Amino acid sequence: MIEVRSVTKRYGRTVVVDDVELTLPAGGLVSIIGPNGAGKSTLLSIVARLLPADAGSVLVDGHDVASTPGDVLARRLAVLRQENHLTVRLTVRDLVAFGRYPHSRGRLTTTDEAHVDAALEHLGLTDLAGRFLDQLSGGQRQRAHVAMVLAQDTEYVLLDEPLNNLDMKHARQMMRMMRRAADELGRTVVVVLHDINFAAAYSDRVVAMRDGAVVVQGTPAQIMTPEALHAVYDMDIAVHDVAGAPLAAYYV
Amino acid sequence: MSADPSVRGLTSTAATSAAPQARTGAAPSRRTTLVLVGLVLLALGACAAYLVLEARGSWDFVLPFRGRRLAALAVVGAAVAVSTVVFQTLTENRILTPSIMGFDALFVLIQSLAVLGLGSIALNQVPVPLQFGVEVVVMLGASTALFFWLFGGARRSLHLLVLVGVVFGVLFRSLSALVQRLIDPNEFAVLQSRLFASFGAVDPQLLAISAVVVAVTCAWLWSRRRELDVLLLGRAHAVALGVDHRRAVLSLLLAVGLLVSVSTALVGPITFFGLLVANLAYLVAGSHRHAVTLPVAVLLAVVVLVGGQAVLEHLLDAGTVLSVVVEFLGGIVFIALLVAGGRGR
Repeated sequence: MIEVRSVTKRYGRTVVVDDVELTLPAGGLVSIIGPNGAGKSTLLSIVARLLPADAGSVLVDGHDVASTPGDVLARRLAVLRQENHLTVRLTVRDLVAFGRYPHSRGRLTTTDEAHVDAALEHLGLTDLAGRFLDQLSGGQRQRAHVAMVLAQDTEYVLLDEPLNNLDMKHARQMMRMMRRAADELGRTVVVVLHDINFAAAYSDRVVAMRDGAVVVQGTPAQIMTPEALHAVYDMDIAVHDVAGAPLAAYYV
Repeated sequence: MSADPSVRGLTSTAATSAAPQARTGAAPSRRTTLVLVGLVLLALGACAAYLVLEARGSWDFVLPFRGRRLAALAVVGAAVAVSTVVFQTLTENRILTPSIMGFDALFVLIQSLAVLGLGSIALNQVPVPLQFGVEVVVMLGASTALFFWLFGGARRSLHLLVLVGVVFGVLFRSLSALVQRLIDPNEFAVLQSRLFASFGAVDPQLLAISAVVVAVTCAWLWSRRRELDVLLLGRAHAVALGVDHRRAVLSLLLAVGLLVSVSTALVGPITFFGLLVANLAYLVAGSHRHAVTLPVAVLLAVVVLVGGQAVLEHLLDAGTVLSVVVEFLGGIVFIALLVAGGRGR
């Protein structure tokens, strides 16, 4: 369980995350949605201890992320940010193998190799394993980073906008992959998304943020109403029922 | 990007060659072993050449005399190579060297102040180990203060740290220029000879102390090689993978400071040499792992320094100009890197 307790983050005088209380139970796929600047990425970074909170605390299975040793946390929680520029030239396999560092400290055992192979397989990267990252398309590179996070073999997987750079086909593949990670591998996947229809179609829970605060949260059905969406995005969005699933028509 | 047909064509041809590449990825040791063995042989050859080439006179004199200078070259080569590779990993930048942080400038300032304050005659009477000790302590103290000031607190920007280091370097250089204008021209000539990196007249006691310090520091860095690999991915990845980033960077920077201080105090400043061997090492090693790049960089440093010295000193009879040649080559590599980097973008 991830517990966010009155977390606040300011940049100068701008409050980016404003006294957020949030409890995410273990298991399933949780989407965090909201307009630009709502504080989604900042909150995710604080949960993943990439950023310190100015006030409040975050507990992951009872471990305070600010005081728990980094390697203990790294075996429970993996995170992928939006920006993943690397200065070093690595093959896909090298990158994914880094995901095993919390477990093996860089000395790969056969168990580690098996995890790396499984992660490559899971993201359909087995054939690209020997390629250098700079020889890949943006989408392939994105998948390689996600494979690294999966190879870390953690209970919690935090992904910040993993659909960036992906076309329709690969975006759907990525969402299905995350769904399978939750269902088959039993991971708790927390993902920041912009496309509310993807969030609704694949998530167990949706958390909607605006101006640094959680505005609405609940099942996709609870979020996908014109009223709730108006509260989040300040837009009039019609929600249609298409083959039994809610679909928000926000294009027009 | 995938919409561009030329790019797609490129990736599909690359995909066909992916299988053999994957196999070499599974057994990374063959090329590495070849490179390491080759470099060890080259380094040994360079050392042998340095010891025996053009040797006239009694071996009892030649071998210890040349052996001492050889040891100095090896110690300095190892210190500069290791410190540069580690520093570039920490800053995620391949054209930075520790000397950009103002180490060289501080050394020059210390020397200038010493000559101004004591005069060259009095300075020559100060025991060499004491001079060495003061230089190391001042440089290490200054770098430690800088690291803790900028990296120990809440602000943790490595780039700010490097930038402040550069600014301090400029300050030290200007102060040195001022001091040098104040001293007597004869004294200035003495000072100038002290400021060129010189492998000729190294005190055996200092050499022994430096060798121990450099060996211990390098051994410690070697034990952290896997952590260095992770740091190569940048702060966010390193933290996500469980590395205590602030502590790791601070302790590694201190080790770099120690290596640079010792090598600078031993022979004087060498600016571009680290850049030269570190980048050659990345090129030759064919691996990002510090288990490979660190030893390759050290061996390359020994080959370049000792081999260069052997050729210049014994074949061309021009022993003192090695640092000039190395700086010249290093400067060219630096420019080439800048141009290549600009083109790559």
